[in-house]
Amino acid sequence: MKLKNWKELAIGSVVPEAGNADSYNTGSWRTFRPAIIEENCIQCLFCWIYCPDSSIIVEEEKMVGFDYEHCKGCGICADVCPGKKGKKAIEMAEEGK
Amino acid sequence: MGKLLAVTGNQAMAEAMRQINPDVCAAYPITPSTEVMQRFSSFVADGAVDTELVTVESEHSAMSACIGAAAAGGRVMTATSSQGLALMWEMLHIASGNRIPIVLTLVNRALSAPLNIHGDHSDSMGARDCGWIQIYSENGQEAYDNLIQAVRIAEHEDVRLPAMVCMDGFIISHSIESMEYLDDQVVRDFIGSFTPTYPLLDNDNPVTYGPLVLPDYFIEFKKAQHEATMAARDVTLEVAKDFAKISGRSYGLFEDYKLDDADIALVILNSAAGTAKDVVDEFRNKGIKAGILKPRLFRPFPYEEVGDALKNTKAVAVLDRSDSYGGFGPGYMEIASALMINSSRPILINKIYGLGGRDFFPEHAGAVLNELKEIAATGNVKTFKEYIGYRD
Ligand code: SF4
Ligand code: SF4
Repeated sequence: MKLKNWKELAIGSVVPEAGNADSYNTGSWRTFRPAIIEENCIQCLFCWIYCPDSSIIVEEEKMVGFDYEHCKGCGICADVCPGKKGKKAIEMAEEGK
Repeated sequence: MGKLLAVTGNQAMAEAMRQINPDVCAAYPITPSTEVMQRFSSFVADGAVDTELVTVESEHSAMSACIGAAAAGGRVMTATSSQGLALMWEMLHIASGNRIPIVLTLVNRALSAPLNIHGDHSDSMGARDCGWIQIYSENGQEAYDNLIQAVRIAEHEDVRLPAMVCMDGFIISHSIESMEYLDDQVVRDFIGSFTPTYPLLDNDNPVTYGPLVLPDYFIEFKKAQHEATMAARDVTLEVAKDFAKISGRSYGLFEDYKLDDADIALVILNSAAGTAKDVVDEFRNKGIKAGILKPRLFRPFPYEEVGDALKNTKAVAVLDRSDSYGGFGPGYMEIASALMINSSRPILINKIYGLGGRDFFPEHAGAVLNELKEIAATGNVKTFKEYIGYRD
């Protein structure tokens, strides 16, 4: 990507495009990685509601996975996940293991 | 033609604010600037202005409120002094870095310790590097005129920076002088309406203020900030030209008083320049070519113009009402830089005077001028920097 020069930038470091964090990969900060265990998922979408980083991917009203470009691995989704019969549908595993 | 009145400096600033009718003002009291916001709050209470007045719990919050309101898209003003400005220090940088045009009345007062409430310039000089435009005023009239002009300078599209207008605590803020108020409509037509660059309240065009900027972009933003600050120099002159049309009073980047053919000169800010002018007149009557350069625009500092104005003098003393302990006074450092641009330059000495509101008397100016006369004749300098007007 070609970096802008000082004359091309918006005044006062204002970011004029809304939601452009989407194009910035912040997932590399993660030390724990969520993974889905599909057979335990009841599609309650608690994970989607609670994720502070909008990193739960939902398609046709169903939780289908994680946006690893932005997921920080905070584990909130795993914590709130009720799962099925006491078995969580999201598990956190250490990155790189 | 406006109205001729006898008022204090603070009263004049509150009156200018009433005429400017800002969208939002934040207020936290501190001597000697308290009266500015106190009087302005009466205008708010009386419905004389449309301003939303935010009373806050500290000056840090006052400046934060100003930044938020100005980012939202408002025309924003406040006033403070001394410790108040010091407590704002962190937010002063946020305002300038975010290119937010806030206009602040600074009633100059010494910084603690020891605790003191009287006028010196340690507060504004301490905030010299915060990225604010700084304009200094000799008396209430100049302060009033400068505050109105500061709105146009700060909001100018080439500038978009906060500006502080400085006047001396008590000596000006609490002294009654005769001065002229312009008509309300004349002031309002002069300042015009404010069109913010990126108002946060524009819901159709959402923007982010204050993002994290890493080494790949930080210096580009600072370069842009520097260029905008430098642009304030021309804008100040342009605004002054328009202001002369409505007021009959002309302002430049600095005031040169009998400087054209001067051999010796004083560089002196704010109220003490008035005292020094009388003494220069006395020297002129004795046939000694003395003059004064009174800086007005201190940030951005007009190095070239100041250097040119002083290049034909033989000896110059910069009188600073604040000090950089262990260094030269802040005014001296600027004048020394300004003199570097020409190969012919005077001998330059520095006097620190009037700290904590100690009176500056004509005999102080006279003694410095006599010393300059001696230096101009012999080339011998006793000492480059010294304090004057203290008990030895
Ligand atoms: S770990 Fe945190 S950031 Fe990642 S998907 Fe779960 S809740 Fe969102
Ligand atoms: S919270 Fe657990 S059970 Fe509910 S949708 Fe998310 S993964 Fe499935």
